[in-house]
Amino acid sequence: MKPYLREKKVFTFEDVPEDTSFEAGYLVSVNAGWRSIRPVVDTEKCVGCSQCYLYCPDGVISMKDGKATIDYDFCKGCGICAKICKPHAIGMEAER
Amino acid sequence: MSVNAKTLDTNEYFYGHKACAGCGGSLAVRGALKVLGKNAVAVLPAGCMSAVGFNFPQLCFANNAIISTFAGTASMLTGIEAGMRRRGIKDFTAVGFAGDGGTADIGIQALSGAIDRNDNIIYICYDNEAYMNTGIQKSGLTPFGAKTTTTPAGQNIHGNIRPKKNMFEIVAAHDIPYAATATVGYMPDFLNKVEKASKIQGTKYIHVIAPCPTGWGIPVSDTIDSAREIVDCGLWYLAEYENGEFTLNKDPKTFTSVEEYLRKQARFKHLTDEDIQLIIDSRDAKWEKIRKNWKK
Repeated sequence: MKPYLREKKVFTFEDVPEDTSFEAGYLVSVNAGWRSIRPVVDTEKCVGCSQCYLYCPDGVISMKDGKATIDYDFCKGCGICAKICKPHAIGMEAER
Repeated sequence: MSVNAKTLDTNEYFYGHKACAGCGGSLAVRGALKVLGKNAVAVLPAGCMSAVGFNFPQLCFANNAIISTFAGTASMLTGIEAGMRRRGIKDFTAVGFAGDGGTADIGIQALSGAIDRNDNIIYICYDNEAYMNTGIQKSGLTPFGAKTTTTPAGQNIHGNIRPKKNMFEIVAAHDIPYAATATVGYMPDFLNKVEKASKIQGTKYIHVIAPCPTGWGIPVSDTIDSAREIVDCGLWYLAEYENGEFTLNKDPKTFTSVEEYLRKQARFKHLTDEDIQLIIDSRDAKWEKIRKNWKK
């Protein structure tokens, strides 16, 4: 479980509630547009050590069947995962 | 049980935030919340983490989180802890995430008061060594020589002329039940300290170094490297304070080059060799005291 994308509601000034308006983890916009380079996992080389998952500031890496997978909706392309990866299984590629 | 990448909670509690790429502070918040779990109640004063976590209607915390006044992180934690206790809720952790300015300058009075009352809270200071959110102004935790917008580097004065405030020992001087220093470069060490703090009754303080690529002038992918190097070259130390005693967690036999660490960062690039020698001398003086007086 993690915060996930929901429908973006349009408010007029009168509609904006005075107290908490949404439940925790209500996301309406992605961060994908921030990237100029993107990490790509080579699943052949990935040994599942989870270091990229541990050090990702955005938490976009999760381990699936012992391999790293990346949520490109929220990855900002900082490249920490590629640097931390000892087997060099993550490479940074230009965003198309 | 020790916390590591394999045993860590797979849920994310700080996700989709708008922090800069490679932000060390967001990594500290994310990691600590993964240890404390969904029943943690987070308090964030004015600072990067509140600015990037609550962009209406984008709410990036999966647990309860609230923005406090700049000076009132610790007092709001006190109130949350008392309120939850009054309502009969037992399974929760009140945790605050304040930056270096919000801790060492603006919030120090409230923090001191909370430690004095020994409220059952965890206070985490993510230290990026300046007021980064407002555009890099000097804070009490900005190190000697660092260039900020309020301590510019000129011909006569080379950046900040004052050393970094020793927040860890200021807090320890209150005889706090538990205080620790950490860095996001060594996450397992930091996460285990958060876990240890969550099991201790009373006020807990953790000071974690969290590099800011924007303010430090380093590439965004170098956050973790810098956070490791600052410990390896001896300008920061991993230690704990418990039961009235300081314990050093990591005692490097040889330090890596201070100059190499400083030269990588744009905020230090104006430093002369004499300035760097001053930094090395103060490091050696500090470590002499540490090795003499602290447990290893």
